[in-house]
Amino acid sequence: MAKSALLKSSIVKKYWMALTGLFLCLFLAGHLAGNLQLIFGDALQFNQYAVFMTSNPAVKLLSYLTYFSILFHAFDGFMLTYQNVKARPIGYAKTNPGANSSFSSRNMAVLGTLILVFIVTHMVNFWAVMHFDKNMPLMKQTVEVQGQKQELFVGRKVGEFYQVDQIQLEGEAPNPMMPKQITIKNGTDVYNIQANVKIGELYKDLHKITFAFFQDAKTGLIATILYVLAMAVLAFHLLHGFQSAFQSLGVNNKFTPAIKTFGKLFAIIVPLLFAVIPVYIHFFK
Amino acid sequence: MSSAKNININLKIWRQKNAKSKGSMETYKLDNVSTASSFLEMLDQLNEQLINEKKEPIAFDHDCREGICGMCSLYINGRAHGPDTGITTCQLHMRMFKDGDTIFVEPWRSKAFPVIKDLVVDRSAFDRIQQAGGFVSVNTSGNTIDANATPVPKHDADKAFEAAACIGCGACVATCKNGSAMLFVGAKVSQYALLPQGKVEATQRVLNMVRQMDEEGFGNCTNTGACEIECPKGISLENIARMNREFLKASLK
Repeated sequence: MAKSALLKSSIVKKYWMALTGLFLCLFLAGHLAGNLQLIFGDALQFNQYAVFMTSNPAVKLLSYLTYFSILFHAFDGFMLTYQNVKARPIGYAKTNPGANSSFSSRNMAVLGTLILVFIVTHMVNFWAVMHFDKNMPLMKQTVEVQGQKQELFVGRKVGEFYQVDQIQLEGEAPNPMMPKQITIKNGTDVYNIQANVKIGELYKDLHKITFAFFQDAKTGLIATILYVLAMAVLAFHLLHGFQSAFQSLGVNNKFTPAIKTFGKLFAIIVPLLFAVIPVYIHFFK
Repeated sequence: MSSAKNININLKIWRQKNAKSKGSMETYKLDNVSTASSFLEMLDQLNEQLINEKKEPIAFDHDCREGICGMCSLYINGRAHGPDTGITTCQLHMRMFKDGDTIFVEPWRSKAFPVIKDLVVDRSAFDRIQQAGGFVSVNTSGNTIDANATPVPKHDADKAFEAAACIGCGACVATCKNGSAMLFVGAKVSQYALLPQGKVEATQRVLNMVRQMDEEGFGNCTNTGACEIECPKGISLENIARMNREFLKASLK
């Protein structure tokens, strides 16, 4: 009994909805802290953070848990909604839902679907570029040496720089007249060509593509507006979802008023801060 | 009742010959309805008019007409038991309506509550949930222990009593956008879970009642809280949370 109930029952579906939802709230807080470096940090700090987020094993584990949570939250929500629609085959001629429930609570499935669409486009725009795009730019810095401007790749060790014009880029054919000493492999690894030894690592410039995305002359404004709208949708989803998760897990006691207040603050502040970032990049940078 | 007056109203009422036939909303005009009459008395008046016109009267559920039995139902103007809170339809009065109003009257809508005729639905799904676990074992061999002989903390007794106030009318299912019966089942699970007499079957009770609820085709709870507001007996959402806790405890055993 117990085992099959843990997979099938309506209440268990709600447990999973609540647990994955609350985990995703934690993810949102972490993601926000990282994103705020776009305002409060410099390019190097943000790109260092991006390396950490894509290479640290603990973070990797958390990110797989996040992918799973998003997919399962969506799948479970779909199953619940399907059953809910089936539970009332003939609807009412007249309804007055505003008399007894909030807009958010009645539209979790619609809001959730919109958020899923946002997550997919968001991952195509940034996550996929960071992970798979062969043309992802590497972080460079322009410095003036004796009145002459020089472009340097920024290495991951302190004080490590490589002159761009002395590096044979990935896919670039060697020039037999002026053979170069150093090349780039695997996107970011710096290799000595003759010895075939790795001598350093570079940064993918996620900071640059993020700024470019929201500052693009043609699409930057619409991207900013859509991002802000997506955050508004997220706010409404969280407005009901945060406190609802505790109720589903059976927590309804003296702490409930505090949970509801915290949930409302979380639902407003987190999406608002997320939304401020592209607005800042587009209009004030 | 010097403030009572007579109003003329229009009614849009669901008519359905039997469980198999396809129903539809029909329009009726009813004049000289006293605002002091109850909603069910107004329907009685309409039925008299229909009988005089040699038409089939409207079938609707009612029994005690004092808000205790849970028999009356009706989804009135988009709300279970009509436009007031904490009442059953028999406690709804025509003073809540104005002269010239159009009033929609529909049966509870749920897959688990099929329409039998007009506004009457079959709520035996609730009975089957109750039979699945809504009971306690009592020794009836002649050594029956007086219930008052078992001490119960006052706080628990009050909470159990509040849960036991559920009259099983089905307003929670009717009003829930998902047609979920969790407020009903939550109340029934809670009233026993809180009392020492209910501890014996606690594990099986919640598992069986929830399983039966799912089998009957009720929807899932989205915590909108609509049921709590429309419940004529003010059953709290706390009872759903308690059922969720009980279910988790029982599932892990």
